[in-house]
Amino acid sequence: MSNGLTSESEGKTRRDFLGLASMGAFFAAMLTALGGTLRMLKPTVRFEEPSAFKIGKADNFPAGLVKTLDDRSVAIFSDMDGLHAVSLTCTHLGCVVQVKEKGFACPCHGSKYDAMGKVIGGPAPRPLPWYKISLSIDGSLVVDTSKEIPAGTKFRV
Amino acid sequence: MEQTTRSGMGVFGTNLKNLWRNFKSSMIRTGIPASDRDRAETMVGNFFLHIQGVKVHKNTLRPGYTWGLGLITLSLLLILSVTGIILMVYYNPGIQNAYNTIKDLSFVVIPGKFMRNIHRWAAHGMVAVAMLHMARVFYTGSYKQGREFNWLVGIALLVATFALSLSGYMLPWDQLAYWALVIVANILQSPKEITDALGITPYFDPGGFFKELFLGGRIAGQESLTRVYLLHVVFFPVVIFILVGIHFWKIRKDGGLSRPEPETFQPSGPELDPLPVPQKKGGIFPTYKTYGLMELVRGRTPSVDKDVENTVMSWPNLLKAELAVFMVCMAVMMVLAYYFDAPLKEHANPLIPENPAKAPWYFLGLQELISYSAFMGGVGLPGIALLGLALIPYLDREQNHIGVWFSNKQGVSVALQTFFLSAVVTIGLLAFTVNFGWFRNWWPDIPQLVITFINPGTVLVGLFVIWSFWILNQTGSTRMAAISLFTFFLVSYVILTYMGTELRGPNWAFYWSKSQWPIH
Repeated sequence: MSNGLTSESEGKTRRDFLGLASMGAFFAAMLTALGGTLRMLKPTVRFEEPSAFKIGKADNFPAGLVKTLDDRSVAIFSDMDGLHAVSLTCTHLGCVVQVKEKGFACPCHGSKYDAMGKVIGGPAPRPLPWYKISLSIDGSLVVDTSKEIPAGTKFRV
Repeated sequence: MEQTTRSGMGVFGTNLKNLWRNFKSSMIRTGIPASDRDRAETMVGNFFLHIQGVKVHKNTLRPGYTWGLGLITLSLLLILSVTGIILMVYYNPGIQNAYNTIKDLSFVVIPGKFMRNIHRWAAHGMVAVAMLHMARVFYTGSYKQGREFNWLVGIALLVATFALSLSGYMLPWDQLAYWALVIVANILQSPKEITDALGITPYFDPGGFFKELFLGGRIAGQESLTRVYLLHVVFFPVVIFILVGIHFWKIRKDGGLSRPEPETFQPSGPELDPLPVPQKKGGIFPTYKTYGLMELVRGRTPSVDKDVENTVMSWPNLLKAELAVFMVCMAVMMVLAYYFDAPLKEHANPLIPENPAKAPWYFLGLQELISYSAFMGGVGLPGIALLGLALIPYLDREQNHIGVWFSNKQGVSVALQTFFLSAVVTIGLLAFTVNFGWFRNWWPDIPQLVITFINPGTVLVGLFVIWSFWILNQTGSTRMAAISLFTFFLVSYVILTYMGTELRGPNWAFYWSKSQWPIH
């Protein structure tokens, strides 16, 4: 006598189906919970100093000046074409590079960069980034280390 | 009525008098076992002993077979757990306080310096001994015959050991700790090397994601220390103890430690509390014993009446050996801790990188590879090495010569050949790189992707693989190929580690000795 509960042609009973469905629901719920939990590990607010900071008026940067801001790991260069800010964090493993006569050198693994920040030796995978310089309302210059610009772009005062 | 009360008091008095004895027998039922039957019952009935078998094969007790390496690793882990908890009493994971609390431990707390030293030397010892244990298991072919999965658990344990060591290294928040943290964060970021070369970083940036997850921000600071601390004192300890449990459980389920076939096993050394060989009186089971089915295990182990003359009672033979190993570990750690202090550098200073900034010794081989390419040295090659180790038991399916060092004469000769070849090749490649540099020194404009995929590290691994395939072709044996691959891995690990530890100085330049380092 057919009880209507089984469908022999498909080889699956209603019980199998419900079992699979509940297992599926279980794993879907667990995965969602895991996703939500893991999301929590990625910080939303950073308790760090803002990435943009003022460096003073343009008058303080006469052509030919090189000023390193150690606590920001940035060097400001000034020449006839304008100002530019170059990161001093080595792109290999994050050591602080030193400004040399014609470029930069990293003490950790011997990476060398030319004056434009281009890699000319050692294991560094990327050139040193150039950061955007802009003018704030009060007339002082602002460097934003979250905004990279193409090497060679200089800020004209 | 009065009589009942008196008798009640009497019973109570008797119970009170027997309190200690009854408590003891409720906790340990057998007392100190006198007969083999009691010994068996003690092993089965005690929570801490029951993970071990009632009887143990003589080969398992042979110091020349296991060298006690697994036990030493466990002993060191236990020492680390106890000293670690004690150190946590004073340590404070804040970037303002961490360094000061370590100083407090080192100079004020009694015996804080001693505890910290023990913790440090046990951690270093555990890494070294775990590696040696892996080599022992490999060279005796103990990853075969149902023990494949336990080999994988062992590799997971090795990774957990490295993770614990590295996260512990970062806690004092001195210069070593800070720059190790920065370097690890940048290794996590190193997939950028690939995504940058492909130009997809703005859309898909796993490197940046991992770095931010690890640091809890963009720069190393309080958030990073909190995360590293949690990993070190909660996450990885829980993981490692669960894995240790599985590792030991699997040893039992896989039929005890590996050993040679009964026909070839020659018991040597002093007699270990021998059990008389059963005198059979007909039938397959001796008449004076009863057997119960305790468990079904894979392999040939609990075969009745076979190899039984080579087993001894675990109580006291195995337990004595275990206690002896633990005592020796304690003694060695204490002597090391008494004479050699754990280093503590200046307070972390983000403005002045250590030069050279070196990780702990067991990572300096990797750091040498990282100095060629951050991605390959820090992610690519370690990943390939771990995958290769994990695949060994599944690609080498030969099921003979188990429990014999190097399998046979051919194995010894393959291992020796590979030893000399890999030493020459590794040293040669390093000497070449030190003297002539690599692609970027010859063609400064070469794309980064070429260096990422072709550098001394990848060339070395390529040579590993070619050599072991050549051995496979010559011998027709996957076990011989595995021996050559593993030996190559071990020898190059040691040489690269020596190179990174002793021969690299400021700017990661080559120096024969520290006395030649320039003033800086």
